[in-house]
Amino acid sequence: MKKIMMKGNEAIAESAIRAGCRLYFAYPITPQSEIAEYMAKRLPEVGGVFLQTESEVATVNMVYGAACTGKRVMTSTSSPGFSLMQEGISYIAGAELPCVFVNVVRGGPGLGNIQPSQGDYFQAVKGGGHGDYRLIVLAPSTVQEAVDLTQLAFDLADEYRNPVLVLADGMIGQMMEPVELPPVRDLSTLPDHSDWALTGAKNREPHRIAAFNIDPVGLEQMNIRYQEKYRRIEDKEQRWEEYRADDVEYLMVGYGTVGRILKSVVDELREEKLPVGLFRPVTLWPFPQKRLGEISERVKCIFVVEMSSGQMVEDVKLSVNGKVPVYFYGRMGGIVPTPEEICLAFKEVIR
Amino acid sequence: MKVIFERPKSLNDKEFTYCPGCHHGIIHRLIAEVIDELNIQDRTIMVAPVGCSVFAYEFFDVDGTVAPHGRALAVATGIKKALPDSVVFTYQGDGDLASIGIAETIHAANRGEKLTTIFVNNAVYGMTGGQMAPTTLLGQKTTTSPRGRNVENEGFPLHVSELLSTIPGVAYLERTAVSSPRDILNTKKAIKKAFLAQLKGLGFGLVEVLSTCPTNWKMTPVEAQKWLLENMTKEFPPRLFIDKVGD
Repeated sequence: MKKIMMKGNEAIAESAIRAGCRLYFAYPITPQSEIAEYMAKRLPEVGGVFLQTESEVATVNMVYGAACTGKRVMTSTSSPGFSLMQEGISYIAGAELPCVFVNVVRGGPGLGNIQPSQGDYFQAVKGGGHGDYRLIVLAPSTVQEAVDLTQLAFDLADEYRNPVLVLADGMIGQMMEPVELPPVRDLSTLPDHSDWALTGAKNREPHRIAAFNIDPVGLEQMNIRYQEKYRRIEDKEQRWEEYRADDVEYLMVGYGTVGRILKSVVDELREEKLPVGLFRPVTLWPFPQKRLGEISERVKCIFVVEMSSGQMVEDVKLSVNGKVPVYFYGRMGGIVPTPEEICLAFKEVIR
Repeated sequence: MKVIFERPKSLNDKEFTYCPGCHHGIIHRLIAEVIDELNIQDRTIMVAPVGCSVFAYEFFDVDGTVAPHGRALAVATGIKKALPDSVVFTYQGDGDLASIGIAETIHAANRGEKLTTIFVNNAVYGMTGGQMAPTTLLGQKTTTSPRGRNVENEGFPLHVSELLSTIPGVAYLERTAVSSPRDILNTKKAIKKAFLAQLKGLGFGLVEVLSTCPTNWKMTPVEAQKWLLENMTKEFPPRLFIDKVGD
């Protein structure tokens, strides 16, 4: 199939439309506004709805409403906007509604800046809204992977009736790369949600959707059901990529943009005959802890790189469970680390 | 035997959980009667609020969901955009619609969303225990305005209907009460028109219903009715603001 050059943000938008997304609500924020602009142009052409909202707070609740109807719906934002959506995300997770979020992460905290960052890991993976809930979190490292994971996001959302987050960063959103686009899905082949969706109670009992139960026993039962679902997802959906990771003494771990930079780092260090490989988590939740735990049995140490003060490194440590030392190198403020500086930092550690 | 009065089809037989003298029961019934008369029960979707009437979606025999506090009109917008042929209504109190959700309210109205909103204004936060609302009257004592609402600190009562009356996207807007049989009949007429504004695709419809909260006003139901008529209707005079529906 033919490859075309596309900007990450636009490729995500086109992929969503091809996955059957016909409803998109969003509020502009850099560095992801091209997703909204692309949707504004394209969605009406395919009979879809684009709506620029008054705020991210309204956005997430429009997503909630549209998801109640069982149709494929998405929004995208960047860090401060994602913070504003947290209340609604808690409701959506509790109401067990399928929908897709894209967070093209920028520097923080606060207004921060508009450069690429990975500082939203905790918020994405550990929660951010109230209560015990989980998002499925997918982290692309190339524009092609952003396209592929956007497809997967809609399918996982439908399969588990759970919100799915594509966690990219400003680098993935803004860079152009050749991509192969997936075929356009026939809407009639999408999963049927008529058993729970709000469509009007014609010839059936009314459907009621709410993350609400005034009775503590009832609410605990709901929570137990959520947790059972999350365990199923943990069992089945851990995804990762290994690069030159057979027979390594040192394992580097990084996701997203850092993951691709670490490939260059591994190649450079291999030139110097250093036995280094890469483990790149693709699902940040569920974190690919089983495989990482296995590999950690046979390495001398693990070296984690992030564009943050060190957030994912906590999940790496949990996976490794004290079996080997875990070292960390990070840059903040929207700075993308260079392969050279990572090589130096790594050599410092193993010396 | 001739049946002259019965439960509307669009209400199920669950007992209301509202306090004695509260107007939610009357307003629920009026909405259900309108849904029945318009024959739209099987395509109506309700967005219930946060607050005392959060359970409304369990009483109405229609599809429904519960929105986060203040966000009912955003949720309703999402539903309506996904299903343009559905009939979507929100049921919201003054804290919900006029305070935390005022942005969602104004913007849904301004987009002319084909939605219907029943805005129950009882000048107080009910479920949380009687705190001050944006619509609390000047001098009115609440648990968070214990010396009476004071302009210097808390500002003026917010007039939502007057505010919305400047917005072109609004197709029907009326403020009513349910304190007498005549008021009740008039409120039902207004609710029906607010639904018709949606059904005819004319735009946003809202009915503000002045309502009692005897429990948090610390009055008997009869005293509460009297207080509403003597005080609330002075600050918030019932009137028709916008009617693009016609007869």
